[in-house]
Amino acid sequence: MPSLLKALSSQVGRKLLTGLTGVALIVFIVVHLVGNLTLFGPPDAFNTYAYKLHSLGPLLWIAEIGLVAVFAIHSYIGLSIWWNRRRARPQKYHVYSSKGAPSRQSLSSKTMAFTGVVMLIFIVFHVRAFKYGETTMTSIPGVDYPVKDLKALVITSFLDPVMAFAYTFVMMLLGAHLGHGIWSAMISLTLSNPQRSAAVYTAGTIIAVLLSVGFLFIPLYIYFTGGQGALIQY
Amino acid sequence: MSQMTIHLKIWRQAGPDVKGAFENHTLDTVNEHMSFLEMLDVLNEELVVAGKEPFEFDYDCREGICGSCNLVINGRAHGPKRLTAACQLHMRNFKDGDSIVIEPARAAAFPVIKDLVVDRSAFDRIIAAGGYITVRTGSAPEANSIPVELEDSTFSFDYAACIGCGACVAACPNSSASLFTAAKLSHLNRLPQGEPEREKRVIAMVEQMEKEGFGDCSNFGECEAVCPKGISIASIAEMRRNYVKATIAG
Repeated sequence: MPSLLKALSSQVGRKLLTGLTGVALIVFIVVHLVGNLTLFGPPDAFNTYAYKLHSLGPLLWIAEIGLVAVFAIHSYIGLSIWWNRRRARPQKYHVYSSKGAPSRQSLSSKTMAFTGVVMLIFIVFHVRAFKYGETTMTSIPGVDYPVKDLKALVITSFLDPVMAFAYTFVMMLLGAHLGHGIWSAMISLTLSNPQRSAAVYTAGTIIAVLLSVGFLFIPLYIYFTGGQGALIQY
Repeated sequence: MSQMTIHLKIWRQAGPDVKGAFENHTLDTVNEHMSFLEMLDVLNEELVVAGKEPFEFDYDCREGICGSCNLVINGRAHGPKRLTAACQLHMRNFKDGDSIVIEPARAAAFPVIKDLVVDRSAFDRIIAAGGYITVRTGSAPEANSIPVELEDSTFSFDYAACIGCGACVAACPNSSASLFTAAKLSHLNRLPQGEPEREKRVIAMVEQMEKEGFGDCSNFGECEAVCPKGISIASIAEMRRNYVKATIAG
């Protein structure tokens, strides 16, 4: 029998790892979205959430290291699949088309590498802009020293049309990636029988759309209301 | 019986290491009852009469049960009709005046031998790695001595229907052989006769599949759509489950 490392680097193992890390990333973005939506809560909710998250200290570092590792594994395997695919078919077809159902070939499944790479590049800029971006300071209840005013940073950032529309575009790509990704992860982890998976595919698509719309609503709302919208109390 | 004119664009390649190219031919004498391969026979006859070289293509039974034919027709393995091998595809599925592009299955693991014929011995090596059971040789055993549950025999038979044509590899955007390998595994793993080698089999066949240079499975499901026998990708999920079990069992 193969060693664990050999098993994990086999085609089956890589698929399992892609599915597992994919599920972990979905959990992360659900939590991220819930956090983001506190922007629409009471005036201090978003900054309080950010402050509490940062005061976790070492726990947050561990989570961040874990998250970077999960991203790295998911991206590395994804790119290696793309690389293998080019190697496995050096001569392309002159004409190629899908035979239709039950095939799951769609714009979503065919663009996994593209949407993945764009999101990977996006994350670098995203972390730089919001985690390491310069902010003004504000006060929140229960804390007697100034804390970062991330809410102001978010609002001013998305008043810039380039930022607002770039984020919207990338969040649409996220939805496209998850459209195939959620279903594929369930199949890879053998949690679903592909024969009975029409419901899983539909559920995956709905979750993908909800997450995508949840994220892209924020930049669009801020941009089109000029940061003065009634939903954001500031 | 209506006559059809069909414009063909067919891959011509003299040998494995030679660069190939498409050749155009028009056939005016195609009738709707011809199978796709009979249409190619007619073309080849015309070519031979004209002193030209006929196109090489694989076939044997022409009944959809041997898995020899594996043409990629207008970008689809075995052509437009589901659950139909190219030899069982009739020209009535096309219209008068249609243009048809015929290519060999394209995968690094299936090198072209000549024209539309590819070398599928990679599949044989996957089978040799574990697609067998151990029985005592000699006279045929009594068929009823090993009871098999109906559910297991039906399951096994569904996957035993795989004819190894390689359409799954040809159609997979990644050129993965997962459906073929998984079908062979599902065929043997559920039967009492296949039980002793179950764990060894899944590890060995997955390893061989990768060694042959097939790509990864991305759960596109295109393989199931083109499979002339309708083999389900549920077998791939089963292969993954068995692989994990075998690894844990160590």
